[in-house]
Amino acid sequence: MATVSLEAVGGAHGYLRAQTRWRRSEIAFWLATLLPFLLFPAYLQLASQIAITALFAVSLDLILGYAGIVSLGHAAFFGLGAYTAGLFSKFGWGEPLSGLILASALAGVVGYAASFVIAHFRHLALIMITLGMGLLLQEAANSASELTGGVDGLQGVRMRPLFELFPFDLWGRTAYTYSLAALFLTFLVARRLTHSPFGLSLRGIRENAVRMPALGAPSRTRVRQVYTIAAAMAGMAGALLAQTTLTVSLEVLSFQRSADVLVILILGGAGRLYGGVLGAIIYMVARDQFSGINPQYWYFWIGLLLIAVVLFLPNGILAGLDRAAARFRRRSP
Amino acid sequence: MPDLLLAVRNVRAGYGEAVVLDDVSFEVPSGESLAVLGRNGVGKSTLVLTIMGFTTLIRGSLVWRGEEITHLAPHRRPRRGLGWVAQEREIFASLSVEENLTVASRPGRWDLAAVFELFPRLAERRHARGHHLSGGEQQMLAIARALMTNPDLLLLDEPLEGLAPIIVEELTAAIRRMTGEQGSTLILVEQHADIALGLTEHVIVLERGKIVHRGRSRDTLREPVLLDRYLGLTLSDSPPASGP
Repeated sequence: MATVSLEAVGGAHGYLRAQTRWRRSEIAFWLATLLPFLLFPAYLQLASQIAITALFAVSLDLILGYAGIVSLGHAAFFGLGAYTAGLFSKFGWGEPLSGLILASALAGVVGYAASFVIAHFRHLALIMITLGMGLLLQEAANSASELTGGVDGLQGVRMRPLFELFPFDLWGRTAYTYSLAALFLTFLVARRLTHSPFGLSLRGIRENAVRMPALGAPSRTRVRQVYTIAAAMAGMAGALLAQTTLTVSLEVLSFQRSADVLVILILGGAGRLYGGVLGAIIYMVARDQFSGINPQYWYFWIGLLLIAVVLFLPNGILAGLDRAAARFRRRSP
Repeated sequence: MPDLLLAVRNVRAGYGEAVVLDDVSFEVPSGESLAVLGRNGVGKSTLVLTIMGFTTLIRGSLVWRGEEITHLAPHRRPRRGLGWVAQEREIFASLSVEENLTVASRPGRWDLAAVFELFPRLAERRHARGHHLSGGEQQMLAIARALMTNPDLLLLDEPLEGLAPIIVEELTAAIRRMTGEQGSTLILVEQHADIALGLTEHVIVLERGKIVHRGRSRDTLREPVLLDRYLGLTLSDSPPASGP
């Protein structure tokens, strides 16, 4: 029987500290995000959209993958951030960073208000409520067409150069740098959160929300906190899209966007943070390629990809890669 | 005289309109152990749930270290020092043993090293996920997780239910260490009355939500009529466990 040296056992906080250590694969991944500047300079706009989608997926992962809050209306916060940043710019405040922070904060405030409802429900009821919230906000934006532009989209979005030095160019150099920096910094926050006692308690809530109070964790308070954080992050992603594309359409609030980000998370692997990022890369690149092959029926291939992943990699691509790596390590002498 | 940890006073409680416990009163001083016995459905688990704040308390009060906690939110009770192991174990299936323990961790003498020393089997399986553990290992994990909250009083709800005899022995030894060497205060709800009486100093017996007997565990073991009447236990069927 195997024995474990008790001296080797760190305290509970030692365990969490060990989890926060950066792995070489992580460092390599973040260094690789700089490669588009060198290898694909013509695709920096796409890279920027991938970074934005990845941020949106990470925000969903916090609530779905970690806390078990199923949402089909997460685009509500994305759209709120996009319209806030777009409207700020349209009415004269074109400074990107402050617009980004304000849009994120507003989405966070709305998320906090919504969290009081969200924290009382689980599973199917949550799907209905979040779906309803998304549809409500989309229709509200549609009916307020004088402000939002309705189905024509918000016109007149103008951004000042980043730090008054770097204009948002056609090639997407500034856009990608800006989006990637926002993704990285937000990812650091999410990573720290998920490797903290708070993050571990979210996973406990996902497993059994009713029993977590017996361990001293107030489930509903934790749900409200993480939902607010996730809403702020989704709002930031939306604001980035508005600022880097200079357009905001009703699509940012659509059910399709909520469903897409869910698909992305399932593809990559929920509850792993990097799953959302990987899912966004694969989904966005596949969409770009498939729509190039067939502009009308490209969703067919996305559907096929999703079915294949669920059948053969039920916990997502990242979990599949993890398993393959573990098998490889076991076989290596 | 040891400090009084918990006082349950004239408690009437249940679920919604349904009353399960009626006029239940008892006290638990620091460092002592109490067995709660009774047949199925007499309200033993409801009593534990009431102490943890998960039932409807209709009347009566709960006093913890001299402070009324009757209406204290359930998640604040572990922070005051109440630890609970539910009958259903309810470990977090997708979390590893280490994560299951860390999620409950609060400062105090019980840390990972201490619980791994109490349950060496958990140390060996520290990286295994909850759903890969056997029933006995899950029960050890449930107890260890409750200990990680560093409770002043630990409530164990039928910890030996459905376990193989060898695991029962292992857990019994661990509980004996907790009450003996560690001096932990314990409320033990158990169907195995003979084992529970051997592990604890005091006992209350419930019948239809009321306390029908209270006394020293050692003395109760010598009352075959009472054991047979309220617990259906004939001691000749099972050897008595040694006292604490």
